[in-house]
Amino acid sequence: MTTPSQTVGPFFGFALPWPDGPYAAPPDTPGLITVRGVVLDGAGAPVPDALIETWQADPDGRFDHPDDPRGCQTSAARWFARCPTDDNGRYAVHTVKPGPVSDGEERHAPHLNVTVLARGLLRHLVTRMYFPDESEANGTDPVLCGLPEPERAVTLIAVPDGDGLRFDIRLRGDHETVFFAV
Amino acid sequence: MTPLPRYEDDSAVQPPYLWPDYRSTLLRAPSRPLVPLRQSLTEITGPLLGTDAVAPGDADLTTGHTGEPLGQRIIVSGRVLDSSGRPVPHTLVEVWQANASGRYRHDLDRHPAPLDPNFTGAGRTLTDAQGHYRFVTVKPGCYPWKNHHNAWRPAHIHFSLFGQAFTQRLVTQMYFPGDPLFDTDPVYASVPETARRRMIAAFDLDATVPERALGYRFDIVLRGPRASIFEDDAA
Repeated sequence: MTTPSQTVGPFFGFALPWPDGPYAAPPDTPGLITVRGVVLDGAGAPVPDALIETWQADPDGRFDHPDDPRGCQTSAARWFARCPTDDNGRYAVHTVKPGPVSDGEERHAPHLNVTVLARGLLRHLVTRMYFPDESEANGTDPVLCGLPEPERAVTLIAVPDGDGLRFDIRLRGDHETVFFAV
Repeated sequence: MTPLPRYEDDSAVQPPYLWPDYRSTLLRAPSRPLVPLRQSLTEITGPLLGTDAVAPGDADLTTGHTGEPLGQRIIVSGRVLDSSGRPVPHTLVEVWQANASGRYRHDLDRHPAPLDPNFTGAGRTLTDAQGHYRFVTVKPGCYPWKNHHNAWRPAHIHFSLFGQAFTQRLVTQMYFPGDPLFDTDPVYASVPETARRRMIAAFDLDATVPERALGYRFDIVLRGPRASIFEDDAA
C-alpha cells in the first residue's frame, strides 16, 4: 500500500524553491521562452502559496530518462522547473519548446506536464500545457481530442504573451482547468 | 520493444480533493472529476534530480548555525520503496518542518512561539542504492492553525519525493506515534482510515543514538509498476 499524500501547507517557501528552480533549461539556451501565469481559486482570487512544477521532453521529443525507449539523453537542461507563486498568485518558468512525443502507440503534440501543489490541495494536481502555434498537432493530440468535455480543451492551451506564453491555472469554478488522473 | 512500465492506481488510499473539514479545500479543490489520462512517456518519466541538488550536510538540520537548536534531537531514517517492494535508489528526498516550539521560519507564520536562531527546518538528501535515507533534526512542535475552534496540527515533518517517474511524485507528512491530536486533525483524517497509519513513524531503538538522539523509522512507499501490465493495457 502506498503512502498517502498530504498538503504542502503554506510554509514550504524556505525549503522547496531553488534559486535556479524556474529554469528548465539554462538561461543562455537558444530558444528559451518564458511561460507566465496566475493560479486562481474558486472565487477568482490569486493563490499566493502554490508551487508550480513542470516536466517535459527536449526539443527532439526525447526524455532525459532511462525509460525513454530511445535511451537517456544527456543535456545541460534539467527539463524540470519549479516556481512558487508570488503574492499575486503569479509564476514564471523558463524553458525551451519540447518536440512532439511519440511512444510507439500515440503521438502527442508538444506539451509540458504541469503540477500544482498548494495549501488546500491534499494531493497535487496534474495538468498539461499545450502550445498555441501547434494547431495541427493539437488537433490530433490524443489527450486534447479525448476530453469528455471537448470545449474545455481551451484551458490546456497557452496563449501568446509578448515574447512568451501565458498559461493561467484555475483550480475550481468557471473555466476550471482540466486536471488529470494519471 | 520492451513494454513501457505503467504505474498502479493508488487512489483508494489517497485523500479526496474536497474535504470540507479542511476549509482550505473549499475554494481550491477542482469541482469536476479528474480526467483519466493514459500514462504516456511524459508520465512514466520524470526528473532524476541528482547529487547537484544536495550539498554535504543538507541531511543534518541541526548543523549550519552557530549553536545547537533547541528541542529534542531526533534521527528520522527509513527506506523509500515502491508498492511492489523494490527500493527506489538515488532519489531526492526533501523535508521541512516547524521548530521545537511549533514555529516555521516563514514570513507568514504568525504563531507567537519563538523562532530558533539555530534552526531553519529544511533538509535534503538522496536515497542510497538500497533506498535508505537518514535525517538528523529536532522534534517539531504542534501549532495552532485556526481551521476550526481550538485547532492544533499534530507534530509533523513534510516530505517531498520524486521517485523515478512523474506518477510517483509524492508530498506527504510524517507524524509521530501516539499524538493526541490525530483525532481532531482534518488533514490527517482526510486519508482513508486504513491508510492513515502509513503516515506515522515508529520509534526505533536501533536508530537511537545513546546520550544524543531518539530514532524514528519512516518508510515511504511510492506507486510501483502494475502487477499485470499486459492485462491492464488490454483492458
